Amino acid sequence: MSTVTAKTETPVGPGMRFTGAAASYIDERTSISTAVKTLGRKIFPDHWSFMLGEVALYSFVVILLSGTFLTFFFDPSMTEVEYEGSYLPLKGIEMSVAYHTALDLSFDIRGGLLMRQVHHWAALMFVASIGLHMLRVFFTGAFRKPRELNWVIGFALFVLAMAEGFTGYSLPDDLLSGNGLRIIDGMVKAFPVIGVWISYLLFGGEFPGTEVIPRLYVLHIMLLPAILIATLGIHMVLLVVNKHTQFAGPGRTNDNVVGSPVLPVFAAKAGGFFFIVFGVIMLIASLFTINPIWNYGPYDPSPVSAGTQPDWYIGFADGALRLVPPGWEFVLGGYTFAMNVLTPTIVLIVFIALVALYPFFEAWVTGDKREHHIAERPRNAPTRTAIGAAGVSFYAVLWAAASSDLIATHFRLSIEGVITSLQVLFFLAPVAAFMITKRTCLALQRKDREIALHGYESGRIVRLPGGEYIEVHEQLDDYERWRLLDFQEYKPVTVRPNKQGKITTGIRLRSAVSRWFFEDRVAPVDQRELESQKH
Amino acid sequence: MAKKSGGDSHDYSYEPEVGAAVVPSDQASNPGLPPERPRITDMDEKFEKQAERRIALFFGLSIVGSIIAAVSYNAFPITPGDVLSTRLNNLFTGLGITIGLLGIGFGAVHWAKSLMHGHELVEERHPVRGTDETREVAAGMFTQANKESGFTRRSLVRNTMIGALLATPIPAVALFRDLAPKENPNDVLKHTMWEAGTRLTRDPSGVPIKASEVTIGSAFHVIPEGLAEMHEHKLEEKAKAAVLLMRLPVEDLNEVEERKSWSYEGIVAYSKICTHVGCPVALYEQHTHHLLCPCHQSEFDVSNHCEVIFGPAARPLPQLPITIDAEGYLVAQSDFTEPVGPSFWEREL
Amino acid sequence: MKNTSPLPRKRGRRHPLAGVALMILGLFVTGGAYAATTAGIASAETQTVDAASLVDEGGKLFLANCASCHGTNGEGTDAGPSLIGVGALSVEFQVGTGRMPMAASGPQAERKPPQFTQPQIDALAAWVASLAPGPGMPDPKYYAADGDAANGAELFRINCAMCHNVAGAGGALTEGKWAPGLADVDPIHVYAAMVTGPQNMPVFNDMNLTPEEKNDIITYLAYLDEAPSVGGFTLGSLGPVAEGLFVWIIGLGVMVAIAIWLTAKSN
Repeated sequence: MSTVTAKTETPVGPGMRFTGAAASYIDERTSISTAVKTLGRKIFPDHWSFMLGEVALYSFVVILLSGTFLTFFFDPSMTEVEYEGSYLPLKGIEMSVAYHTALDLSFDIRGGLLMRQVHHWAALMFVASIGLHMLRVFFTGAFRKPRELNWVIGFALFVLAMAEGFTGYSLPDDLLSGNGLRIIDGMVKAFPVIGVWISYLLFGGEFPGTEVIPRLYVLHIMLLPAILIATLGIHMVLLVVNKHTQFAGPGRTNDNVVGSPVLPVFAAKAGGFFFIVFGVIMLIASLFTINPIWNYGPYDPSPVSAGTQPDWYIGFADGALRLVPPGWEFVLGGYTFAMNVLTPTIVLIVFIALVALYPFFEAWVTGDKREHHIAERPRNAPTRTAIGAAGVSFYAVLWAAASSDLIATHFRLSIEGVITSLQVLFFLAPVAAFMITKRTCLALQRKDREIALHGYESGRIVRLPGGEYIEVHEQLDDYERWRLLDFQEYKPVTVRPNKQGKITTGIRLRSAVSRWFFEDRVAPVDQRELESQKH
Repeated sequence: MAKKSGGDSHDYSYEPEVGAAVVPSDQASNPGLPPERPRITDMDEKFEKQAERRIALFFGLSIVGSIIAAVSYNAFPITPGDVLSTRLNNLFTGLGITIGLLGIGFGAVHWAKSLMHGHELVEERHPVRGTDETREVAAGMFTQANKESGFTRRSLVRNTMIGALLATPIPAVALFRDLAPKENPNDVLKHTMWEAGTRLTRDPSGVPIKASEVTIGSAFHVIPEGLAEMHEHKLEEKAKAAVLLMRLPVEDLNEVEERKSWSYEGIVAYSKICTHVGCPVALYEQHTHHLLCPCHQSEFDVSNHCEVIFGPAARPLPQLPITIDAEGYLVAQSDFTEPVGPSFWEREL
Repeated sequence: MKNTSPLPRKRGRRHPLAGVALMILGLFVTGGAYAATTAGIASAETQTVDAASLVDEGGKLFLANCASCHGTNGEGTDAGPSLIGVGALSVEFQVGTGRMPMAASGPQAERKPPQFTQPQIDALAAWVASLAPGPGMPDPKYYAADGDAANGAELFRINCAMCHNVAGAGGALTEGKWAPGLADVDPIHVYAAMVTGPQNMPVFNDMNLTPEEKNDIITYLAYLDEAPSVGGFTLGSLGPVAEGLFVWIIGLGVMVAIAIWLTAKSN
């Protein structure tokens, strides 16, 4: 279809004349017409799951806007002052200026609490939508060539978003986030050789010190956002250069994009979605409390609240700490190895690295160096989907462990029972999830095959003259059937000598892994089978 | 045969490997784009006008919402001390902004969905890889630049440049040393404010505690004498010196020989700083004598010198040796005999 | 079988709804009987002012309701601890909050609707107090909730929040026990709990927390109960866990729903 709008001879009103003159003025100085030509009618495919990245992007904009408001009122200084605001239960209490200004925003500045809540809810939404977006990209194989680098960049964005969140919620210097910093300090101190020094440098001396909140503030409003925005820019540029993937469907191939052009449809939908995301966050922030710092009181190393958890996206790390059994520490040569902290740290770093590097692993297994622009249905990549399910359940076990005490009180269990069960699930759940998911995917593929060949069950039961009852199957039309046929099948790689005539361990390993990946598979229905069914 | 991703109009000799992919010889063919299904707004002008009115209504509501927000900000002033006034101000300002935003959002999307044309258009992809011609030109540019500069040829120049660039960030590393004070943190971590004769006082008032005031089943939160009056370094000292004081029936205490003198008539004092990662361990169960840390659920048994009975902590809580002074007030006999709080590399040195 | 005759449906014992009617009647009878007998127990009012007869009254109630676990003289059995020396205040707490009589054995007694009227509780308290000296009822001015909420909040955070949560939402203890939530608890019961240290709660005697300080804490809890929540619905005051669940289920749920609508073809 045409992607270039033809010049028309429409009558031009005063508004149009102004716009035309303005556009010309700018173009003569910026060459913007080139950009419009390249991007103006770019096609974007339309599927709801492609909008999760937008939810993240728009949440980030909301964060920037609300955060700017907050910076005009918040002061991160840790100087001790007496509370002079209007919240009765804190009157006269000694606290840092940071906590005081956060309370001022919450109680004495009009719209202050609204902006605080918008900012924090948007932050939770930001990280959550990145996570869901990442899952979508994973389960549809959209990280394959040419998008491996964008996956790694996206992963970096996830980590940056978590860092932003952590530095952000620590700023009010309240009891909950202060205990979180205390935990970080304890973890950092456990590091061999340099741990205590890093802790000292971070806090400017002994914990808690008077430096950490202002330093986190600089990270939170300047350094991390700058890095995040730059990384986000690269992420979006790569998205435009590679174009978006699309699901298989009639008229859609690996060599085209079918959807709506930027101007006007996609711009209207995406622009409208920005306002909707903003509006939903605003609605939630108007109605629901988040992070009631006034309940926690100022940070003090002595008190602590029951139900001390970090924000949800740090939960998996907190949960990992809780699952370690007692006594994991040894002293060697006089040096203390705090394995109860080091082990979860190493496990989590390995997990994160595996996730970040997955595209390269899969590329090695398949050896498929072609470009892939069709988003796969999860069922059509059973082993990958099963690995994803295992990863999700691993993360979920750690996440649940972070709320072990709340699970115990809500379901009338003992904390020991909850933690022990999760310790078992830590190993069992990923394996079980893998096995169940893989079998489910293969079964769904077989069902798709059945439907493609024999049609779907229409619900009409017919009694044949001989007394037999059959359910009438309706054939799909060509367009619907194509969705079920268009997927890539992979075979296990056979062991073959390399150019030097050798069979290396690498080759053997690759063959074994590819067998694990692809031995159990369902082939797409081909033309011959289709024709033989048409009788 | 590998399927090339790219239109025929481009000159490519590049054929990417297919690897383990099965390229079927007999694949079913793509039926092409399905016929476009017209919308009701395309077919009937009445519905088109209705959609227009709806969209305009959304945008109109948005304007109303934005005005409500601005008005509410002023119409609901905050009365200091009246939490409800703060609530109402934020609630109505927020709801106004919400309507202002959602109005535009739903209006724009509804416009796109029901009235705009241009769905299901097709754009051809080009391989992400540059054409062979472009790559040749690009490679040629580098070759030319190399020839003109002598980069690969002049190894001395090149290597010293790389060395200089690598050395440039070194001052940055050095510059950050003064983020922390000069002292060796390991020494600081091994000592607390407690010393022989320091009275145990209540947190936060600093009032000293007499042994007779600590009845069986009590849990007192303790800071060393002098901490409450401090202005500098208060929280840093508290983060090491916080103590939990409890009294158990003497028969419930299983004390080792060396530490029998550390308690006083069933009154025991332990560091409140968890040996896991430093949260305050403060949940004392007076009958089971369990001490629970709420952060990661480490459990310590006060009957047995706070040994770890559950959870990720690796070491018992350090015990503060206490006794009474001449007036009956509880005092420390000395500092803790080991560093308090989380483990660190040089802890035992 | 299908009823094809034009005759009206049968009535009497074999009415199709007879079974239902009988069941409803039976439920009313058994429920009413239960209510009547327990009300009977509850309405056995004792308008006595005489202290000795209060003790006697308490003794009778004790024998009927408590002795099976706590022994006929409050000396304790395998099923329940000794009540000698626990004082009237313990009884006020345990019976006044409905924890005692305990419904079933378990790691902990839980708060439930009280089984006795206030006069009966006073009688039981008098009897238990007569066993041996113990904590008595405090001067009402110490639980009037007219103290310093700020001081109370600070003391609450240091002494209470680690078990009961900063907002009094409750929390977990070891081995299946829990620290209950403190919403809508009578000030006298808050006071009583601090003094008597019920079950595994530590004892906060008047030298640890003075009566004025206890009043300050009660004032703070009253503030939490009465003041409107400034940020909106509190999601149970459970902190980041509730907020995270909300954002994933409701927040993302709404976003996904809207995205599905947005990308769907218009009709």
